[in-house]
Amino acid sequence: MIASIAHGLVAAQTVIPKFGHADDCVRQNRTFCWGWFSDHWDDVFQPALIDHIKLTLIAVVIGFAISIVCAIFAYERGWFERPFSVFAGVLYTIPSLALFQLLVPITGLTELTVEVALVSYTLLILFRNTLTGLREVPEDAREAARGMGLTAHQMLWRVEVPLAVPAIIAGVRVATVTVISLATVAAFVVDEGLGAPIFAALQSSFNTEFIAAGALAVLLALLADALLVGVQRVVTPWTRAGGTR
Amino acid sequence: MNDFVNAFKFMGNNLDLLLNKTVEHLELSGAAIGVALAIALPIGLWLGHRHRGSFVAINAANVGRALPSLAIIAIGLGILGIGFINVMFALVVLAVPPILTNAYLGVDQVDRDTVSAAEGMGMRPSQVFTRVELPISLPLVFAGIRTSAVYVVATATLAAIAGGGGLGDIIVNQASYKLAGVIAAAIWVAVLALLVDAAFGLLQRAVTPRGLRRAAAMSGAPPPDEGAAAPLVAGRPVPGAEVN
Repeated sequence: MIASIAHGLVAAQTVIPKFGHADDCVRQNRTFCWGWFSDHWDDVFQPALIDHIKLTLIAVVIGFAISIVCAIFAYERGWFERPFSVFAGVLYTIPSLALFQLLVPITGLTELTVEVALVSYTLLILFRNTLTGLREVPEDAREAARGMGLTAHQMLWRVEVPLAVPAIIAGVRVATVTVISLATVAAFVVDEGLGAPIFAALQSSFNTEFIAAGALAVLLALLADALLVGVQRVVTPWTRAGGTR
Repeated sequence: MNDFVNAFKFMGNNLDLLLNKTVEHLELSGAAIGVALAIALPIGLWLGHRHRGSFVAINAANVGRALPSLAIIAIGLGILGIGFINVMFALVVLAVPPILTNAYLGVDQVDRDTVSAAEGMGMRPSQVFTRVELPISLPLVFAGIRTSAVYVVATATLAAIAGGGGLGDIIVNQASYKLAGVIAAAIWVAVLALLVDAAFGLLQRAVTPRGLRRAAAMSGAPPPDEGAAAPLVAGRPVPGAEVN
């Protein structure tokens, strides 16, 4: 009920004033009106884009923290892997729209609902990749560390975790693009992110708004992906040298 | 918690509606997966067989994963308008990459010695493909199909906003179905996605040649049908489920 009222409000806010000073392109609802897009960059798209990045960053950071702790715990105590994988796997499989709606009765139409859902989609990816990265640390490296007299704690933080970084960043990359994708659906719950103009456009069937918001989300995801590939290269120069990770 | 109790009451009272929408949902998903298979499978298998186009085939999955599903639907709405064609287009675009990449990698990564042995036995290239490469790559190929299937079932929920029908129709229409209906449909579609994942997991196990299963058990390597439990390291085959 509240959601539909909220959507009604969004529609009322956006549609009427925007069609007020419309040029031909907008009135005939052509495929893409560049003028309208640049006119509304400041009041529609830029804020949505910034919100979208904010929603994504919060979810990835929290998901990262939870996953790293759980992966290290599972690395040290093997029994923990199975139950956590099953839990994260089930969360990962639930369609996003359904998960958002299922959380609404518990946490309401709030950012908390959005973040809980977004974080839950990062867990499987980050947990899996971190654990795999830790397990693929070459035995020689561990032997050498032990020979140098490192304690278990030192070995974890100075040898095993650093060597797992490529796998961890690969996970962060997948998790980030996944969250960017799912954050568009968050507009069902809160009027934030690039999903918001998409839902506004649903009320008015305004082609330009559909395409602009959709294209921005695609560009943001591709850009984030490329950026993280760059980070991966910079942080782990040794993986480029000869491929003996 | 009362909302959930009401949701289960809704399920009891509207079983016909939910079943009809489920059939619609599965029809739409099945059609999209069918089209995606017809496009991606031949291309992926052929490229893998010829060991060509690795850049395209591998990056298809990376780019595909980065494409926000709702954004694709929205762009489709802007260009194609509301309706079945738009929904099918979006679902097929999202379903193709995992199938293509896994089909490519599955065939491409078949042990070269095995292929040489088959050629040495006098097999023609087409026989090498159908009798050696294809059976060995089946688990990986199926992992890709499974990923796509779960992804499509999940994304078909969103397709409701573009007139696709299915269970999403109930979720996005709170005005008609009230919160109880929305929650009921959300639970329903979540269970449906988990069931589809499990069903494809079983199918994947069934198509794994017995020799491969035994080899995996003996070497202690994880069996190829681990699905969602396999690591998601970039550049490797896409395992298990994807979300929309």
